[in-house]
Amino acid sequence: MLDTNTEKKQITLIIDGEKITVTEGTTVMDAAEKIGIHIPRLCYHPRLSLEGSCRVCIVKVKGIDSFVTSCCTTVSEGMEVQTNSPEIRQARRDIVELLVDNHPRECQTCERDAHCELQNLAYSMGVRERLFEGKRKRHPLEDSSVSVVRDAEKCILCGRCFRVCHEIQGVSNLSQQNRGFSTVVTPAFGANMDDSVCVQCGQCINVCPTAAFQEKKHSDRVWAAINDPNKFVIVQTAPAIRAAIGEGFGYEPGTPCTGKMVTALRRLGFDAVFDTDFAADLTILEEAHELIQRIKNNGPLPHITSCSPGWINFIEGFYPELLPNVSTCRSPMTMMSTLIKTYYAKKTNRKPEDIYVVAIMPCVAKKFEMERPEFTIDGMKVTDAVLTTRELNWMIKSYGIDFRQLPEGEFDSPLGESTGASVIFGTTGGVMEAALRTAAEWIMGKPLEKVEFEGVRAVEGLREETLKIGDLTLNLAVANGLVNAKILLDRVKSGEKEYHVIEVMACPGGCIGGGGQPYPPRGYTILDPALAAKRAGALYSIDSEKKVRRSHENQGVLQLYKEFLGEPGGEMSHKLLHTHYKPRLRKGIK
Amino acid sequence: MSSKTENNCNCQCNCQSNCQILPENIVQFIDECNKGHEPKSQLIAVLHKVQEHFGYLAPETMDAVAYLMQIPAANVSGVASFYHYFRLKPAGKFHISVCLGTACYVKGGEAVLNKFREELGIEPGETTTDGLFSLEVSRCLGTCALAPVVKIGETIHAQMTADKVPALIEQHFAMAK
Repeated sequence: MLDTNTEKKQITLIIDGEKITVTEGTTVMDAAEKIGIHIPRLCYHPRLSLEGSCRVCIVKVKGIDSFVTSCCTTVSEGMEVQTNSPEIRQARRDIVELLVDNHPRECQTCERDAHCELQNLAYSMGVRERLFEGKRKRHPLEDSSVSVVRDAEKCILCGRCFRVCHEIQGVSNLSQQNRGFSTVVTPAFGANMDDSVCVQCGQCINVCPTAAFQEKKHSDRVWAAINDPNKFVIVQTAPAIRAAIGEGFGYEPGTPCTGKMVTALRRLGFDAVFDTDFAADLTILEEAHELIQRIKNNGPLPHITSCSPGWINFIEGFYPELLPNVSTCRSPMTMMSTLIKTYYAKKTNRKPEDIYVVAIMPCVAKKFEMERPEFTIDGMKVTDAVLTTRELNWMIKSYGIDFRQLPEGEFDSPLGESTGASVIFGTTGGVMEAALRTAAEWIMGKPLEKVEFEGVRAVEGLREETLKIGDLTLNLAVANGLVNAKILLDRVKSGEKEYHVIEVMACPGGCIGGGGQPYPPRGYTILDPALAAKRAGALYSIDSEKKVRRSHENQGVLQLYKEFLGEPGGEMSHKLLHTHYKPRLRKGIK
Repeated sequence: MSSKTENNCNCQCNCQSNCQILPENIVQFIDECNKGHEPKSQLIAVLHKVQEHFGYLAPETMDAVAYLMQIPAANVSGVASFYHYFRLKPAGKFHISVCLGTACYVKGGEAVLNKFREELGIEPGETTTDGLFSLEVSRCLGTCALAPVVKIGETIHAQMTADKVPALIEQHFAMAK
């Protein structure tokens, strides 16, 4: 097998008796993969730096006495590698046995039962008994944060969490502390998550092979609300849910499941099922209005989007000097909850306190956002619970609903109508594209010929685009993954680049890659661009099939302005839909 | 994060206003490191200086180092908590180091350590509530001929026994007055 890259030197080696030629710099693990040999692994993650700490991927190389880790050994000319032998298999099994021995014996009651990489590995390695009974590390459950729970007893020190926190998110909240048997992954100075610089994006949960990081569960309070006869329980679902929920029920990633999801929610007992997309359309009207005002009034520019709560946590903590640039629009989730407890309550003669609002989000930072005091209306919390896609998946299974057999349902009105512009909010560039579909028409005063703006879809994490709308030239930038956002903000701060609009989503790929999305099915890994592309594809296919693809043509939203809000950027909008963020000094020390 | 490294923080930005808690010479040292090759590799050297000055590494001083060197605080505290030499709690006025190296151990160092624990009511790594004594175990001070030895401050006490411990503590207690 030959690599096509001709600039680099080609290396020929032998793996398990088979000759293979690969490019210089390829690891033994990747070379073996090319000829269909899957070397077991644990700490390795294709999108993160090499750690080589778990030692599971060991192989034998002729001429080297000890085992070598295949994830961080590069090929060399004439190398002879053996990936399988009774000795190698025994050594790998011993390594996994030692990991399992220092791990709680609670698989059946663990959140990740059947989705746990350690459990799967122990099974495939043939670990059937525990031979190394010994001392086991003990750490209390750390649940100080409203969104991310840390269970250090389940941690196997693979380092994926602190690598994603540093390399993909640029937050660097987590690191290994102490030494040897006492080693533990915590924020600086062993502080609680709540006292740390954590932005609650939840990517540590996504990459963790075990249940050492989990979201704080809201399912119990949701069951309780559903069973309370005095509560009218309303659920809203974010755009990214429909693109990923099917993965939990055996659908191929990228299968849109909007209708089945709505039916499942009704069967769970929710009294009304609304679409967060409605509020996304509303956000666009408010935000496009705000943007045009800023362009007319010379600033503050760049205008920076505010939908992603992990991103808001990040800018409040790390770039507070740029907070005046952040859109004052509350997120679609909070707008929707606010409308439910004001507009909808009034319209249906219900007391807001009798309404219980549940939001299904691809995100764990939304659990933090719902607690923000600045988002209360007359002291009342507007969102009462946030469930991640994972939690909803579990609830549907737990309730005995056969998801695949469900008929297609429709969202309830009046807050269920949405356009193609709002559904793409769930993927990188979506907010920008949706805003452009409206702003461009407002600026030019005539409909767009083509509504797609492919140039702003930052599938590679960071993208800049210059766009001409009438006489106006707009410099746009889109980032996902906070490390990319940092690059943009540093350019803004240094004055190196002048942008008009910046869209940031905290998670890689946007909300579709959120910290609350399902653990990917076999054959996909988290942070995999192919997985993100499939999930995004689901949203784009829904968009392209919609008759209405521009937010300002959402009749429900227009009706809402007529009946209740007045006009975009008006007094009522400002009271209910906008906010101002405050700098949040970095914590981490007590 | 900003690359600003001045020692006066009057900003509303993220910089920890406690940068000022580091003495001028350490701030200067960090500045020199930052200008040099691989500045982040100087972290341990900087932490040594901080410990030398304050006697231990407090979260506040580590945070200041993190900010000035632009190294995540989690990594600074990771390094500090990894190395045995770094002390994360304030040392007592009299820092007692009981040697449990081979020679001292064989000649009864452990009994001496236990007597200190009993008399002072603290474990190795801890400091008495009055801040006078802190206790630590060390591995070979290179004075095996004098084993078992105890080092208090910079003074070596030779051929220690458990019986000698109360008087030694009493003597230092008196010195503190």
